[in-house]
Amino acid sequence: MVKWTEEERCTIREVWEKVDVDEIGPQILTRVHIVYPWRETYFGTFGDIFTNTSILNNPKVAHHGKVVLRSIDKAVRIMDRIQETHAALSRLHYECVDPDNFKLLGDCITISIACKLKEALNPQVQAVWQKFLCAVVEAMNSQNK
Amino acid sequence: MLSKKEKQLIREIWERLTPVAEDIGADALLRMFASYPGTKTYFSHLDIGPGSAHLSSHGKKIVLAIAEGAKDISQLTVTLAPLQTLHAYQLRIDPTNFKLLSYCLLVTLACYMGEGFTPEAHAAIDKFLSAFSAVLAEKYR
Repeated sequence: MVKWTEEERCTIREVWEKVDVDEIGPQILTRVHIVYPWRETYFGTFGDIFTNTSILNNPKVAHHGKVVLRSIDKAVRIMDRIQETHAALSRLHYECVDPDNFKLLGDCITISIACKLKEALNPQVQAVWQKFLCAVVEAMNSQNK
Repeated sequence: MLSKKEKQLIREIWERLTPVAEDIGADALLRMFASYPGTKTYFSHLDIGPGSAHLSSHGKKIVLAIAEGAKDISQLTVTLAPLQTLHAYQLRIDPTNFKLLSYCLLVTLACYMGEGFTPEAHAAIDKFLSAFSAVLAEKYR
C-alpha cells in the first residue's frame, strides 16, 4: 500500500480541484489516440478513429475520457484504498488490454493537465502527481499478477 | 516516421524555444530530478539545485543540441556524431534515462505552450525525441 504524507495529499487534491472532468476527459483520450495510434486496436466499437479529425469529433472517445477521469476522481477521494477501489476495473481490463497502456494513458493525463495548469504543475507537484498516477496504474495492473 | 508537416512543426517549435533554451532545459532537468531521483547520480559533480548556474547552462546545452537536430532531422546521425561519442565513451549514461528526460521535456513544453501543445505537436515532438534518443545511443554497442 502506498503511503502518503499530508503534504502529498494536499498537492494531489489541489491539482485535481483544477481539473474539469468534462473538459479534460475528452482531451486525454484524444491525445492517446493521436500520439499512440496503434491503441485503436482496443476501441473497435468506437467507430471512426482513423484520422485526427475523426478522433477529435468522436463522441465515444470523449465519453470514455470522462469515464477514465471519473475513476481517477475516485482514487483522489479514497487515496488509501486505490487497489481496492480499482480491483473491479483491473479485472475488467485483465487479458483485454496490454498493461503498458495504463502507463501511456497516465502520461497523457499528466500532459493534458500540464497544458491546463501550466506553471502550477511545477517539478515538485509533477513528482507527487506522478506518484499518485503510479499507484493508480499499479492498481489497474493488480489483477495481472 | 515523421511526415513533412511534422518535421516543419518540429522545426518551428524548437526555433521558438531557442531564445528560452536555458529556462526550458533547466525546467525539464528539474522535473526529471524530482520525478526520477536516480537520474541525479549522473550529476554528482555539479550543483543542480533550482536556479544554479550549472543547471541553467546544462539545460541550455541540451535544448540547443535538440534544436540543432530539429533543423534537419534527416541528418541526425551526422549532427549528433560528437554527442554520440561523448555519451557512449565518456558520460556512459544509461540510455533508458533518455526516455525519462524526453518525457519531462514533453511536460515542460505542455506547461510552457499550454493549449498550443496540441496532440499533433505532442505526437511530432515525441516521435522526434525518440529518434533523437535512438541516434544518441547508437555507439553504445
